[in-house]
Amino acid sequence: MDKTFRINVDGVDHAITADPAMPLLYALRNELGKKGPRFGCGLAQCGACTVIQDGVAIRSCVVPISAVRGKVRTLDGLGSIDNPHPVQQAFITEEAGQCEYCMSGWIMTSVALLEQNPDRSDAEIRAALAGLKCRCGTHMSILRAVKRAADEMASTETTGRRDD
Amino acid sequence: MTKGLLDVNIERRDLLKGATALIVTVAVPVAAQQAIVATSTGVRVAERSLNPAQLDTWLAIDGDGAVTAYWGKMDMGQGVDTAIAQIIAEELDVDVDSVDVIFGDSARCVDQGGASGSSGLQRSGVAFRAAAAEARLVLLEKASAKLAVPLRRLTVSDGVVRASDDASVSVSYADLVAGTSFNEPISWNSKFGTSLELATRATPKDPANYKIVGKSVPRKDITGKIMATTEYLHDLKVPGMLHGRMLRPAVAGAHVANVDRESISDIPDVQVVVRNDFIGVVAANEWNAIRAARQLKVAWDESDAGFPTTSEDLFDWLRSANPAKSGVAHNNGDVDAGFSAAASMITAEFEWPFQSHARMGPAAAVADVRDDEAVVWTDSQKSFDTATGAKLLLDSIPDEHRSTDATFEVRSIWMPGPGSYGRSDAGDGAMDAVILSAAVGAPVRVQWMRHEGHAWDPKGPASVITCRAALDDDRNVLAYQFHIKGFSRRDQNSRENTPGDVLAGHLLGHESTPQWVMGNPADSYRFPSKRYSWDAVPPLRRQASPLRTAHFRDPYGPEVHFASESFIDEMAIAVGMDPLAFRLKHVADERDAAVLRAAAELANWVPRTAARRTRSDDGNLVGSGLAYAQRGGSVNAIVVEVEVNPDTGRVRVRRMWVGADHGLIVNPFTLDRTIEGNLLQATSRTLFEEVKFDRSAVTTDDWLSYPILEAADAPDEVLIKHINRPELGPRGAGEPTTRVVPPAIANAFFDATGVRLRRVPFTPERVLAALNA
Repeated sequence: MDKTFRINVDGVDHAITADPAMPLLYALRNELGKKGPRFGCGLAQCGACTVIQDGVAIRSCVVPISAVRGKVRTLDGLGSIDNPHPVQQAFITEEAGQCEYCMSGWIMTSVALLEQNPDRSDAEIRAALAGLKCRCGTHMSILRAVKRAADEMASTETTGRRDD
Repeated sequence: MTKGLLDVNIERRDLLKGATALIVTVAVPVAAQQAIVATSTGVRVAERSLNPAQLDTWLAIDGDGAVTAYWGKMDMGQGVDTAIAQIIAEELDVDVDSVDVIFGDSARCVDQGGASGSSGLQRSGVAFRAAAAEARLVLLEKASAKLAVPLRRLTVSDGVVRASDDASVSVSYADLVAGTSFNEPISWNSKFGTSLELATRATPKDPANYKIVGKSVPRKDITGKIMATTEYLHDLKVPGMLHGRMLRPAVAGAHVANVDRESISDIPDVQVVVRNDFIGVVAANEWNAIRAARQLKVAWDESDAGFPTTSEDLFDWLRSANPAKSGVAHNNGDVDAGFSAAASMITAEFEWPFQSHARMGPAAAVADVRDDEAVVWTDSQKSFDTATGAKLLLDSIPDEHRSTDATFEVRSIWMPGPGSYGRSDAGDGAMDAVILSAAVGAPVRVQWMRHEGHAWDPKGPASVITCRAALDDDRNVLAYQFHIKGFSRRDQNSRENTPGDVLAGHLLGHESTPQWVMGNPADSYRFPSKRYSWDAVPPLRRQASPLRTAHFRDPYGPEVHFASESFIDEMAIAVGMDPLAFRLKHVADERDAAVLRAAAELANWVPRTAARRTRSDDGNLVGSGLAYAQRGGSVNAIVVEVEVNPDTGRVRVRRMWVGADHGLIVNPFTLDRTIEGNLLQATSRTLFEEVKFDRSAVTTDDWLSYPILEAADAPDEVLIKHINRPELGPRGAGEPTTRVVPPAIANAFFDATGVRLRRVPFTPERVLAALNA
C-alpha cells in the first residue's frame, strides 16, 4: 500500500507517495527529476546511485523511501555551473572519467570524505573509494581529481577562504 | 556554445528539401528537440535531406558564424567529438568553441559506422578534414568574388576572410552565407559506415601549420556531465512513457510454457507482453514494473535448454571441439621443415575465458512505436544500425497496432549512456523497447536489471591458443607457429541491424547466423618461417544464448597477444636473450622498434635473460615485463611493473610505461586519458574477469561474482611517451593499448616469480596454485 513520505533533497522538502519498499533512487529520478544518481546495479555494489544523507555517502538504490532520514544531497544539488563544488571543479579540470555514468559514486563519496577532513593520504582516499566501479578504467584521472580537490579544500580550509 | 543544437526553422527545412542550403539560421537545444519529436505524431519527419555527396549534409554555418557538424559516429566519453571539432576548426580557421558537433541521429547525420574499431579520428576525422577544407575553399571563392581579390591573396582567421595586403578588405563567413543559398557537391566513395571517405578539390592544411589540432582543448562534454546537467538516455521522459522490464529464464534457451498473470494481480496497471519466448512487463510506474518482473510466475520448458559444458571444463571442451571453420591468417617460409630440422622446441598453451562487457548501467532504451512509425532513443554505438534492425524486427512481427501493411519507418537518436566498448547489450535493450512499445502502443522505456547486464549481455569469446617455436643448435629461431582455437568473436554481428543478431530477435524465432571470425597477432616479427592459423568453434548455444559472442574492446586483441607476446618472451628467455633485445632483433618495422625503445627508455629497462625474482622490503615479489603490438595503423609498446604478494596471491600493477604511436596527435590530454582507460580496463580483464557458467546459466551475474578493477588496484603511475607522426594522419587510440597489457603483466609476473601464468584471469587462487606448483 502506497504511503506518503516527506524527504528533504538538496535543501527542498518533498512529499513522495510510494510503496514504502521503493528505493530512494526511483523517487529521486522519477519524482524529483534528479539526473546525477543513476541505476547501476540495485544491489549497492557499484555506487552509481550514491547520495549523501546527513554527511554520509549512501547507496540510494537499496535504501527504501520509508527509511530516508535527514537531509539528502545529490550530485545535481552539489554545486552550480558558476559555482561548482571543489570536487566537481577538480573532476572537470582533470577531465576525470569518460562516460561519467558512475560519477555520483566517485564524486559524492569524495565529497563526504573530504568535507569531513580534506587532509587525506593516497591510501586513505583509495580505501574510501573501495567498492565503487568505473568500467571505463579511468581510475588514474579520478584519483588525480580527488587529490586535487583534497589539496584545494585543505588550503581553503586553512586560509578560511572557503565560500560554500 | 552548447552541444546538441537542432535546426527547427521551417524555411531552412524547405531550403534543404531543395538541397540548396549551407545555412542553419535557428537552433534550439537538444532537449527541446526531444520534446518536439516526442509530442509529434509525425515522428519520422526528416529534418534534413541527407546526401553524402552534398557538402551541406556534413557542415553548416549560420548567420552568426557558428559551425555545425553532423557526425555519423558518436563519442563515448573519450573526447572524440571535441577532436572532430578541432579538426574542423583547424581547416576552416575558426575558433574551436564555435564548432558544434551533432551526432548519432539517423535523421540528421549520415551513417559513418557509429563508434567502431577506434576509427573515430582515423576514418571520420579524415572525412571531416576533407569536408572542412572543401567548405573553406567554397567560402574563399565566394569571398574572392565579393571582395574582388584573387583567392591566393586571401587569408582567414576566426572566420573572417581578409585580403592579405589590406586587412580592411574583409568579409566574415557569416556574411558570406547570410541570406544566400547554395549547394556544393562533394565526392564520396559510396560506402556508408566506417569506410565512408570524402574526396575534395581542396587540399587540407599542411600539419606543420596546425594551430588547433595538437592542442589539449578541453572535452566539450565534461562540464555538463560532472554538474549533472547533461541529459542522458536514462533521463529521457517522453509524454505517456511506460516502464518495461524483461524476464529471463533460469536455464538458457528455455521456452515460455505458461504465464500466470494472476500472480501479479496485486500490482496495479501492469501489462504482460509475451511473443514466443520474448516476455516482458510494462507499467506506468517504474517500481511497479520491477516488482511485476520479479513476481510474475512463468513456467518454462527446459527440455532442450542449457549448455553442453561448464566454465570449469570449458577449455577441455574447446580442445576437443570440431571447428566450424579453419584458416591460415599468415604463412611465410616452411614452418613444417623448420620443426623437422629443430634441435629443440618450446611449446606453450594459453587460455582466456568468456568475458562480459558488464557496462556500468545495464541496457536501457526508449522506443515509441505507433502505427508504422518508430523512434528509438538509444545509447548504442551503432545507433544507425539500431534503426535498421528495429525496422526489420518490426516488419517481421504481426502487430495489431500497425495501421497498414506498410513497412516501418524508424528513426534512431543516440543519447549518452554508460560506457560501451563494442557490441554490448545496448542494441539488445533497444530492440526489447521496440517490441514492448509496439505491443502496448505507447512509448516504453526499458531498463535491464544488473543480472541481465552481466549474465545476458554479449560476451567476449573464450579461446585456447597454442604457440610453438623450433630452435637450431645455436638457439636461433627456425620456425614459429601460433594457433588459436576458440569461439568466433562474432556469433552476433557488431551491429544490431538484423533480427538474427539481437536477443529479442532470437526470442521471436529469428535464426542466429554466426560469422566465423577469429584473430591473430599483429606484429612485424621476422623469422625464417612463421604461421598464424585458427579454428573457429561453434557456439555452445546458437539461439538466445547468454554466451553469444560479439565484439568487446579490441576484439580478440588481448586474448591473442596475451599468448603471442607472452610466448615471444618465452622464446627470448629460451634463446638466452633479453626480451627487449630479442624483440628489437626481430621486428621489421621501424615504428615498432621506436615504440619499444620509447617504453624501455621511460621504464629504465634493465636487460635480463632470466627471471630476476626481486623481493621488495614489504615482502612482495616485484618484476617488470614488456609487450608490444600493432593495431589498425597504431603501434604501442608497454613495460609493466607488478608486485606479487606470495602469501595472498594478489597481483598489483604498480607502474605502466607506454611507448605510443597513434599517428597524428589531435588532442594530447584526451589521448593520454583514452590510453589510461584502455590500460586499466585491460588490467581488469587480465587480473579479475571471468564469466562462469554451469550447465544451466551464467552464474557470474553481479559485481560480486564478476569483480572488476577498483581504486585500490589502480597503478601508482602511468607514464606515456608519444611519438607524434603528423604525416600519417590520426590513427585509432580507443583500443590499441588494450592488447599489450595482459602479456606485459604476465611477463612481469614471470620476472617477479620465475613462474609463467598462461590462464587469465590471474586470480589470487590461481597465482597461489602456480607459485606452489
